[in-house]
Amino acid sequence: MAAEALVELENVHFSRGPHLVLAGVDMRIPQGAIVSLMGASGGGKTTMLNLMAGTLAPQSGRIRVAGQDLQALDFEDLYRLRRRMGMLFQHSALFTDFSAFENVAFPLRRHFRLSEGILRKLVLMKLEAVGLRGAAGLMPAELSGGMARRVALARAVVMDPMLIFYDEPFTGLDPISVGIIATLIRRLNDALGATSILVSHDVQETFSIADYGYILAGGKIIAEGSPEVLRASDSELARQFLGGQPDGPVPFHYPARDNYATALMSSAAAGEVI
Amino acid sequence: MEKRAIDWWVGIFVLLGIAALMVLALRVGNLSGFAYNDGYVLHANFTNVGSLKVRSPVRLGGVTIGEVTHIGMDPKTFMAKVTMRIEPKVKLPTDTGASIYTEGLLGEQYVAVQPGGMPQELKPGGTITMTQSAVNIDQLIGQMVFDKASGSK
Amino acid sequence: MAFLDFVPNLGRRVLLTIPNLGAAARFLLRSLVAVINRHFSIQQLLKQVYGFGVRSLLLMMVAAFFTGMVLGFQGYYALVRFGATSALGTLVALSLLRELGPVLTALLFAGRAGSALTAEISSMKATEQLNAMEMMAVNPFAWVVAPRLWAGIIVVPILCAIFDLVGILGGYLISVPVLGVDGGTFWAQMQSNVTFSGDILTGLFKALCFGLVVTWIAAWQGYAAQPTAEGVGNATTRSVVTASLAVLGLDFILTAFLFT
Ligand SMILES: Nc1ncnc2c1ncn2[C@@H]1O[C@H](COP(=O)(O)OP(=O)(O)OP(=O)(O)O)[C@@H](O)[C@H]1O
Ligand SMILES: [Mg+2]
Repeated sequence: MAAEALVELENVHFSRGPHLVLAGVDMRIPQGAIVSLMGASGGGKTTMLNLMAGTLAPQSGRIRVAGQDLQALDFEDLYRLRRRMGMLFQHSALFTDFSAFENVAFPLRRHFRLSEGILRKLVLMKLEAVGLRGAAGLMPAELSGGMARRVALARAVVMDPMLIFYDEPFTGLDPISVGIIATLIRRLNDALGATSILVSHDVQETFSIADYGYILAGGKIIAEGSPEVLRASDSELARQFLGGQPDGPVPFHYPARDNYATALMSSAAAGEVI
Repeated sequence: MEKRAIDWWVGIFVLLGIAALMVLALRVGNLSGFAYNDGYVLHANFTNVGSLKVRSPVRLGGVTIGEVTHIGMDPKTFMAKVTMRIEPKVKLPTDTGASIYTEGLLGEQYVAVQPGGMPQELKPGGTITMTQSAVNIDQLIGQMVFDKASGSK
Repeated sequence: MAFLDFVPNLGRRVLLTIPNLGAAARFLLRSLVAVINRHFSIQQLLKQVYGFGVRSLLLMMVAAFFTGMVLGFQGYYALVRFGATSALGTLVALSLLRELGPVLTALLFAGRAGSALTAEISSMKATEQLNAMEMMAVNPFAWVVAPRLWAGIIVVPILCAIFDLVGILGGYLISVPVLGVDGGTFWAQMQSNVTFSGDILTGLFKALCFGLVVTWIAAWQGYAAQPTAEGVGNATTRSVVTASLAVLGLDFILTAFLFT
């Protein structure tokens, strides 16, 4: 990877209470690339995006975005940096009291004083790109899950950000939309000269547009490389994940304190008492 | 909701609040100062005003015709000097008397005026000379008990 | 067993409450200060004043009217035995201005607007709307919390003034036309005993404090809620209960300080 790194993670540790989510993650996201991040459910992918956006802070390690150390930034500078980031949330996170149009217009209205005409043009352009110009007047409650995801996508990119996070953009979309959104992500990235980080479980679609990929398991990066390299990876973990096999080193279960059999026994015992 | 409609409603709401406060101030709290602003002033000296207050009503035959505006002490005579404002259309004769009464047993005290029969009228700033002071209820009850006790003997 | 657990549980609850209180205080401060943030919008404030104020106006007026009428009746039957019905106007006005107006307004406000506010903020949190806002570099304290908090502070005294007035009118309608108290005496007695700063303004000051406390508790309960459907429900209930108790407790303290 010759290009300069836009985002760098160095030995990042993060835990939720006693539960260690990230145990020393190193990453390097080159400028202009689409980097995919894959990993088991509950593995900490969303957490990682939040760390890169500075909405969560790591317990240790360093995160640099565009040359700035997030931990060293004050509130104002962090907010200034975020104006150049966009995030598509896993659950859309549309503002429920605003129409689709106003949702997309929200960041523009908050940060710039634009004439109503220009604003309309910008917003409708983004909505057109996700195929929902006709739904501009609908409220979020009137949108299907997939439509809401697309409106959220339009909102994430309306400020023409330099860094875009996509948290599972394909889930809940029909195959046609998946293809369209995937192409759109690629096009947006190249047209804006942006850098994208794409969290997805859709291996096929992801690898068709990503330049580079990371696989996260057990709080660590277990494999990285271009899609070809990853596919050819001899790491048992990577192969299990990409192939979707249930058995292998990647655990499906959230760590439990006790053994399943013991747990069943003890609940049976508790049942007797009652 | 249309943005302009919200602005209108909020404006009406705030005005309503201010209007309520004004009415409370003027009608309930009587902030307007004294209601009988255009009235004329009379004085009356009492030996005891009881719990008479500024703004206590002045009544004639049960009808309020004015109010107390000031209660002071005459340092020479050691009498309480009550200043009142009286409605301009009520002209009182010079031999008018003033008493301090209580409404009901526990009610408020007020100044009752009893007009006399003289043809001359009290001039603004004049003084009512015939006065009867507030009845001291403690004293009255004490006296009653004492009378009963001595009467039954 | 459960009873024996009670004591340590109580201790733990108290210990948990103290840092909670600190966090809530910081939350309040951040939100109040956020008025100077560039993302604070007057338009949002007006929207909340509309939601809190205009939309609870009818409720308040109906409640106030009945309260005033009940005061008129009860006051009359209490005073008529002493032949002191002339003091009815004073009784109705002072009860409303000093206590019932501010307290009932605040309690109704907690039930009507406070619960809705908690539900709104907690579901915004549960659906990541607050997160999304931060991601768009818009401070949620300035955009969401501050307008609501300030709207509460503005709205409750206004509602209280209207409550007082409508209540006194209700009391008048029962006392004078229905029970036959003399109208002139009713108003004159009221006027000579109610003072503008001592009774009217102090009552409205109480309402202002209640407005702050109710919206603070409601917003904080929403902000600190578990981001689930159940968490939203729990937070809403807790918001109304806590805010109502806080109003009654604070009322005692304020009365002790203001009317002595
Ligand atoms: N607000 C929270 N409070 C406590 N724990 C949390 C919270 N959010 C996430 N976690 C925990 O952090 C871990 C990582 O969660 P994260 O959302 O990053 O997973 P993910 O990789 O995005 O999973 P998915 O693919 O299912 O979205 C999970 O084990 C989860 O239990
Ligand atoms: Mg996730």
